[in-house]
Amino acid sequence: MSTHSHDHAVDSHAGHDHHDHEHHDSFWTKYVFSQDHKMISKQFLVTAIVMALLAMFMSLIFRLQLGWPNQKFAILETVLGHWGKDGRLDPSFYLALVTIHGTIMVFFVLTGGLSGTFSNLLIPLQVGARDMASGFLNMLSYWFFFISCAIMTASLFIQAGPASAGWTIYPPLSALPQAIPGSGLGMTLWLISMVMFIASALLGGINYVVTILNLRTKGMSMTRLPLTIWAFLITAILGILSFPVLFAAALLLLFDRSFGTSFYLSDIFINGAPLAHSGGSPILFQHLFWFLGHPEVYIVLLPALGLASEVISTQSRKPIFGYKAMIGSMLVIAFLSFIVWGHHMFITGMNPFLGSVFVFTTLLVAIPSAVKVFNYLATLWRANIVLSPAMMFAIGLVSFFISGGLTGIILGDSALDINIHDTYFVVAHFHIVMGSSAIFGMFAGIYHWFPRMFGRMMNKRAGYIHFWLTIVGVYGTFFPMHFVGLSGAPRRYYAYTAYEGFDAALNINALISVFAILGGLAQLIFVVNFFYSMSRGKKAVQNPWGSNTLEWTAPVEHLHGNWPGEIPTVHRWAYDYGKPGADDDFIPQIVPYSETTKSNLPGEV
Amino acid sequence: MIKLLTLIVIALAAVTIWRLMRVLELVRDLRGEDEEITDKDNRINGRLFLWFLVIGMLGMIYFTIDAKKYLLPVAASKHGALTDSYLYINFALIIVVFFITQILLFYFAWKYQHKKGQKAFFYPVDHKLEFIWTVIPAVVLMGLIVYGLKLWINITAPAPKDAMVIEVYGKQFDWTARYAGGDNVLGHSNFKLITDDNQLGVDSTDENGKDDKITRELHLPVGSKVIFKFHSRDVIHSAYFPHLRAQMNCVPGMTTEFFVEPTITTDSMRLITGNPKFDYVLLCNKICGVAHYMMKMKMVIEPAEDFKKWYKEQQYVFARPEPAPAPSANTADTVKIAAGTVQNGKIVASK
Repeated sequence: MSTHSHDHAVDSHAGHDHHDHEHHDSFWTKYVFSQDHKMISKQFLVTAIVMALLAMFMSLIFRLQLGWPNQKFAILETVLGHWGKDGRLDPSFYLALVTIHGTIMVFFVLTGGLSGTFSNLLIPLQVGARDMASGFLNMLSYWFFFISCAIMTASLFIQAGPASAGWTIYPPLSALPQAIPGSGLGMTLWLISMVMFIASALLGGINYVVTILNLRTKGMSMTRLPLTIWAFLITAILGILSFPVLFAAALLLLFDRSFGTSFYLSDIFINGAPLAHSGGSPILFQHLFWFLGHPEVYIVLLPALGLASEVISTQSRKPIFGYKAMIGSMLVIAFLSFIVWGHHMFITGMNPFLGSVFVFTTLLVAIPSAVKVFNYLATLWRANIVLSPAMMFAIGLVSFFISGGLTGIILGDSALDINIHDTYFVVAHFHIVMGSSAIFGMFAGIYHWFPRMFGRMMNKRAGYIHFWLTIVGVYGTFFPMHFVGLSGAPRRYYAYTAYEGFDAALNINALISVFAILGGLAQLIFVVNFFYSMSRGKKAVQNPWGSNTLEWTAPVEHLHGNWPGEIPTVHRWAYDYGKPGADDDFIPQIVPYSETTKSNLPGEV
Repeated sequence: MIKLLTLIVIALAAVTIWRLMRVLELVRDLRGEDEEITDKDNRINGRLFLWFLVIGMLGMIYFTIDAKKYLLPVAASKHGALTDSYLYINFALIIVVFFITQILLFYFAWKYQHKKGQKAFFYPVDHKLEFIWTVIPAVVLMGLIVYGLKLWINITAPAPKDAMVIEVYGKQFDWTARYAGGDNVLGHSNFKLITDDNQLGVDSTDENGKDDKITRELHLPVGSKVIFKFHSRDVIHSAYFPHLRAQMNCVPGMTTEFFVEPTITTDSMRLITGNPKFDYVLLCNKICGVAHYMMKMKMVIEPAEDFKKWYKEQQYVFARPEPAPAPSANTADTVKIAAGTVQNGKIVASK
């Protein structure tokens, strides 16, 4: 595919010519305490992959327990020691596993890993900036993230076990060590880790917003930004507005636990004695938690949708349908995400009228979501689709977004939520719409931008095998799970043997576990492909997918400052694919209209 | 030893996949290909999308029909019948949307695969289309919102005054029920009054509590109106009655409630499900500690006469002082009564 020279670039950033004086980085400043957004992005990605493997491994362990509750697995004792005595998983460690699995996946993989990797990689490269607004804060952001991951991982190895009150850590369970062993030191470490994580997310988020708003290259107006950047911008704003609330919630919980305050505690009698706490409300915590928690869902999902939009348009060789509607729907989703948190709390005893308001706002989210799906379908219609592994994952994302989004209509309706709240129906719903969608967006991003990150290609065959095994694994795991929920099986149960009505849970769970293990093993193919291709993949050309966006105009070799010479100037939007009259099926953003007179539409001069 | 073996197995697996990568790479090089996506890749994966669509859809339909036997039986409460039919309306709707969109998605992925020298249809925007597919979901959702909220408002409306009051009390890791008795008013309770003999901390000075009865099974007369009042003494529990389609959290420091009208007796449900051992159950559905998964209570829905009979046999919260023993009572009786007076200590003292 043709590569455009840099002649189009017009000087706009005089004095920023980093090319002429090469930095001589030491190992420490290049690979460890790097302030280069590209290196920080890779640090985030590799850390996230390691954490994801850990969390996935945990899920496989509890899938063994759920699938075959009466079976002994000698391997459990080998791996877990006294938590897996005689090959039986310890019930309190089961709860610890689901808690830490959820925490790692939601926060470390799909928030830190996804935004951290791709906001860092793509924001400066796609808006045409030398680096993030503050390289130093960016570095801090990663190291806070790293410390946070380290503390969370360390909590797995303490005597009483890690936090085990569920990833939503509702007090009083999370506040009282008497209530569950994991609410001792494990919970303290969880909270400290989360405080670090929030610091990281805020440092990152502020940097992303500032960079996008201030460091766009000449000609890069807001309406010429690729949808990835819009998604990262909105995500960062969501994070900045909502994470401090989680910080406050965590801080108050820390006070209740360690200093005897009563923000969340009242009227408690436990272990044969009444506690002195009085006047607090456990429901307050839920309000604070979900005020973050619901926007968090979109913090996870929007970057994935942004990446998918970019991949789908590029590989369809066709402009994204309804660019402005895509931005608009993301803005509407982001706004609504702040006023729907109550749908997690319909049955907490909340005033029913307040519940009604949350039903209304929640179901409204389906409108912009539907618009997004229809726009993706319209983009694929009469396209010229290149089924690269990234494109396959992007299509998979759309499929999950539909499947999981639809069951959200049921869960968001308070009258229906009464009976399926906290059952496996919910687990199935959010693993499809949030977990799998977002992770597929992340995979799409990794396969698509791997050449941009490492200058090499990932093996496409391994990519295809990875895709097919994973999509089969995901649907095979989470589709049947809806029925476990509809049979009335609550989540976070160690076993379903205590009540005979749980035949469904028992029988279907074995099937689910088989698919989960299949899907889990498939990820090893990805991991090997990733690390193998990093050093031994085929060398990438500058613009392997024939993309329009700016990151593909920078040389394959990474430079501090991204472009040798001036930063290119932008002349058009990012989606001139398949334009009638053009010589090629793509026109990069750096090509001025004066060079494409044959294909210009009315008004494009 | 096993640890060592496990490590070896893991290491070998990693090496195997690593070598497989090398094989894939050699195959690629032998064929003179690079990592560019070829028409053949598109063809194969496009076809696989179609196969995935067809087999996946058939698999889902088969599984759904097969899994029907696992679903909860017909709702045993008045509101449950309504929410169930509303649930089916929702399912009908989302299944239609699901099939249409997924079929289009995977069909397009196959149909419009890349051909060299061909260009996609340049179609960046169409405001009319966008308007249509914004308005249609909006209208449908408004319908759902109105229907759903009507149900919700009815379900959560204040219970009628004559509804039987039952306290459902959660603690790690069991349930206790307290019936309000003849006055249909529960006596006050306070967590500070909890003792081994007064597990719910019922205030013995409150006259309303005198006729309260505590039970370890939950019995409901069929066709009655019941208002549950939920309490917890330690952590948040959730009282989940899957067969009644009812659920409410039990939160320490506050009272929550849920109104139900049970409509099907345990015996009838045994006939409906064809399972002679069927029993209703109250489960805990909010993670509450290590034995969360075992926290449950048997529930019986029975004809009013049976309920009355059962209720009569249940213990009052504070055993009532029995008539003074006759002087001729033998030793054994005295011991029994003595034990009783110790239990009644508080009542006697309060008087």
